[in-house]
Amino acid sequence: MSTEDDQDTGEVAAGAAPDDEILLPQLVAHLREHRNRLRQEWVGRIDQAHLLQAMTSQEVAAETTSVYDNYVEVLETGSVGALQHYARDLSERIIPRGVETDEVVGIVLLLRDVLARSLFEKYQRDLPLLNRVLDAYEPAANRIANTVAGSFVDERERVIRQQQDSIRELSTPVLRVRERLLILPIIGVLDRERARQLTEQLLTGIRAHRARVVVIDITGVPDVDEAVANHLVQTVDASRLMGASVIITGLSPEIAQTLVMIGVDLSRMDTIGDLQGGLEEAERLLGYTVTRDSEAAGP
Amino acid sequence: MTVGPRLFSILRQGTCLIASIHTALDDSQLLRFQEDLIATIGRDRARGVVIDVAALDVLDSFATSTLRDIGEMARLRGAATVIVGIQPDVAIAMVRLGLRTGVLETALDLEEGLALLGDRMAGSPAARR
Repeated sequence: MSTEDDQDTGEVAAGAAPDDEILLPQLVAHLREHRNRLRQEWVGRIDQAHLLQAMTSQEVAAETTSVYDNYVEVLETGSVGALQHYARDLSERIIPRGVETDEVVGIVLLLRDVLARSLFEKYQRDLPLLNRVLDAYEPAANRIANTVAGSFVDERERVIRQQQDSIRELSTPVLRVRERLLILPIIGVLDRERARQLTEQLLTGIRAHRARVVVIDITGVPDVDEAVANHLVQTVDASRLMGASVIITGLSPEIAQTLVMIGVDLSRMDTIGDLQGGLEEAERLLGYTVTRDSEAAGP
Repeated sequence: MTVGPRLFSILRQGTCLIASIHTALDDSQLLRFQEDLIATIGRDRARGVVIDVAALDVLDSFATSTLRDIGEMARLRGAATVIVGIQPDVAIAMVRLGLRTGVLETALDLEEGLALLGDRMAGSPAARR
């Protein structure tokens, strides 16, 4: 900023060009005046670059208009607050549509280029003035690009964090199906932290429900490596120490092959093909017999 | 053998003994517990022993191996042993440390342990592993 001020006083002393105070409003007025043409040009460049393909042309038109207006407003006021808010909103809308970070950064940079070129055209006859216009324009434009990209990435990270949290909360319910019988359906990737949490929840559940049999269903676990397998073995052992037998169900063919190939010792684990079989075995262990009504009513 | 207050109790309930450990025992007290319990099994002609460790918030390797020894000795003297009341935290710590209870049976609490011994002594086919 200080260099700009120096230049400013120099130019004012020369008395040739309008000073910086009115340079920016001039620039903003110019961009407002040619709003439609410049926006069209910008949309054309977006199309050419094959950006925002996930959105319809109406949506692109609507969003580009808002971005354009916000952009000019930031140039005018120098405050990125409103833009930041808008960018976060926009990100929230377009992230689920599969719009990537480079696309968002790409369109903002395109707008910067389109506007810079139009300024170039307007002031090309007066090179010193053009230089000063660009001096005023460029920092603001770069700041806008930074803000938009930052907001987009922030929003993206927020979504990821939120999803991680909900996965963590949702994924390990300990459910009681019958007196003394718990099931623990595991969905998703088991990492060290989750496995630890799961063991704790299960053991607390065993004590709270006075469970004697637990069925752990891992149909929803995509991949089991050595660490996870060892965690499962530990969970089974710890449950046994608390007096509950554990039945593992839903080992996929791939997981069975992996476990045998990496040589995890699963001899202490009871495994049964599917959840139904596991529940039937658990009921047998607990002495339940399940009969259908029609059969029970028969002779 | 240390003398002093006994930090455990051994009670008789039918043909079973209920041995409760009241607080963390040091190694010599654990050995005293072992001797007293094995002696009582013979004197009372007990067929089953329930050892309640619910009051313990840690079971180290010496305690685990002592309990395992007690199980073996009790079996030689004709009694089945069940450990009851292992807390979740204790269970996690034990498997982390790789401590095994070997042939010892475990159950959730005293009631479950007595039921398990009842099954064992009745030779019931529905008895759990």
